[in-house]
Amino acid sequence: MTPTIVLPVMIGGLYAAGVYLLLDRSLTRVLLGFLLLGNATNLLLLSTGGPAGLAPILGYSDAEDINDPLPQALILTAIVITFGVSAFLLAIIHRSWRLARNEVVGTDEEDRRVAARRATDADELDPDDLAPEDRAAMHADSLPADLEELADDVDVPAGRGAP
Amino acid sequence: MIEVLAPLPVLLPLLGAAGALLVARRPTFQRTLSTVVLVAVLAVSVALLFIADAEGAGAVSVGGWPVPLGIVLVVDRLSALMLVVASTVALGVLVFAVGQGAADGSEETPLSIFHPTFLVLVAGVSNAFLAGDLFNLYVGFEILLMASYVLLTLGGTAARIRGGITYIVVSLTSSLLFLAAIALVYAATGTVNMAQLAVRLGELPEGTQLLLQSMLLVAFGIKAAVFPLSAWLPDSYPTAPAPVTAVFAGLLTKVGVYAIIRTQTLLFPGGALDDVLMWAALATMLVGILGAVAQSDLRRMLSFTLVSHIGYMVFGIALGTAAGLAGAVFYVAHHIAIQTTLFLVAGLVERQGGTTAVDRLGGLARRSPLLAVLFFVPAMNLAGIPPLSGFIGKLGLLEAGVAEGSAAAYTLVAGGVVTSLLTLLAVGRVWTRAFWRSPNQAPAEDTAAAAAADATQRRRPSDDLASTDDDDRPRTPLQDAWRRHTAVATATEVETPPAAGAVRALRPLPRTMVGATAALAALTVALTVLAGPLYGLADRAANDLVDRAPYVSSVFGEEAP
Repeated sequence: MTPTIVLPVMIGGLYAAGVYLLLDRSLTRVLLGFLLLGNATNLLLLSTGGPAGLAPILGYSDAEDINDPLPQALILTAIVITFGVSAFLLAIIHRSWRLARNEVVGTDEEDRRVAARRATDADELDPDDLAPEDRAAMHADSLPADLEELADDVDVPAGRGAP
Repeated sequence: MIEVLAPLPVLLPLLGAAGALLVARRPTFQRTLSTVVLVAVLAVSVALLFIADAEGAGAVSVGGWPVPLGIVLVVDRLSALMLVVASTVALGVLVFAVGQGAADGSEETPLSIFHPTFLVLVAGVSNAFLAGDLFNLYVGFEILLMASYVLLTLGGTAARIRGGITYIVVSLTSSLLFLAAIALVYAATGTVNMAQLAVRLGELPEGTQLLLQSMLLVAFGIKAAVFPLSAWLPDSYPTAPAPVTAVFAGLLTKVGVYAIIRTQTLLFPGGALDDVLMWAALATMLVGILGAVAQSDLRRMLSFTLVSHIGYMVFGIALGTAAGLAGAVFYVAHHIAIQTTLFLVAGLVERQGGTTAVDRLGGLARRSPLLAVLFFVPAMNLAGIPPLSGFIGKLGLLEAGVAEGSAAAYTLVAGGVVTSLLTLLAVGRVWTRAFWRSPNQAPAEDTAAAAAADATQRRRPSDDLASTDDDDRPRTPLQDAWRRHTAVATATEVETPPAAGAVRALRPLPRTMVGATAALAALTVALTVLAGPLYGLADRAANDLVDRAPYVSSVFGEEAP
């Protein structure tokens, strides 16, 4: 039997497209990317069974001609798992939409706080020692009110908050 | 005996989950059922450990298929030990969750779905520990991951959805990588049975072996949160309910570590990637602990120490010697118990103080001395203060590193000591601020108001946007509190509950929760007392791992495949 070029090309293409979509901030694209990656992996599993052959049923054909049944069993399991996870992802996307009318991956607030924090912690200073206009700045471990200002030193993604 | 007992740690929780789902409308019955199931799993695991230790490894062919074809469950010392620790911790967390559920009603955790999902999680963890072939390991991972997705996003608040998405997408990537690795392993060897792979992989060209090994290592490294692949963990764990975070922190990463131990010793004993693992271990320890020192939130700090201490286990694996592996196995057992306990304590702190932000807490030691003890002992254990089990585990690893004697090993020994010291600094900061300083050192009004605002923000972040003031800026809880402090109250601010006493008294500690936490804390102390026998067991397990013959012959009998 001659090896086929179609499967590797398809697997490669699906992986490339899948990774591209998975890296997107929009959850629907992430889901689509996951589906493509899942299918690419399933094809990869299929191709491990060797060249195409007859159905692996005892008494139906000679043992030499039949296809390897194990990868197919593995693929079936993998398909079921992919199906379940996709359903759950869809539920998450729906929930995310209900909550925020938005379905992008959010930014972690604590990370922003840590990134925006000055060297001294808030509770190490006495507020009475400060000039009144400086007092607000003392709570530097909280999120700065002005997101625009923050965007200069911290990587605030364009998906949320920033115009 | 093993033939009968080995499938039970997987079967019992699955059946229990089905049962718990059926009786979802009767909470008392459901709680009793899941507790009984986990007690049974614990009993079976202990029995398996005794049998495996006395008689050596054993294997069961599930469904009666002959060995290389069917699914095999293998019980050896390592997997039995993991089972015992995992089911103990799971039981403790379940009791804690029952206590929390009884105190809170079903507001925080919709209990009807919590119990079945938790049992499925335990089944997945057991399956991963017992799996005798790579694909069954994958299935075990998927079962536990699926359950963990549900647990992490329980209740579906915005913060949990956000944290959950990170976790889900990262886990999916790792699972797909694992599956692709399985496909390539099968293409190269024609089998997924680990005992058979142990023989056949050695016959492959070195380049192919290296590719397969690194693919599996990356896939498991993501699950175990080894450094370059660890960034997802502190982002997603802290948002979940306390018992969920505790069981995740204790168990899920350790399943990844277990898989790394298994593949590194059984499938790829050559140690081709040991150097890479060494540096990954060093980076995991240092980067993780530096992250922990920078955090001001208790749960996030603990998440970072979790990442950091994974480095110790990877260090032991990277050494590849029996001593190193024994240290790693002991450390895994110790760390599962300790990290779970600390996260449960963080849950209690949140109830008592209204927040886990260390800057806003204060005086907890005076208000609840028991809670202070429950934090102090495991925290010192985590940092590795003698004579606690953390010290023994670290000492074993460092000794193994010195015995290995290479420059990289010495660097790692130094890194391990530094990490231990920085851990002490990180937990010490929490101790002095949240527990030791007097309550009035933390501005009381701010604490209470911020805690209240924090609580509302956790529930509905959209509230924050709704309560913007004149200049239309979104305000944070701290700014809220500050404005009230400097008497520029506006109409919206009056609505936030200002009473400090109310918030403090809001959440008393239910006995069941404290009891479960205390039991796990006692377990960590017991690990110290029983360190001798346990370390002996870890030693024997490590020797089995290095030898490889016990595992293979347990599956195939005496004749090699």
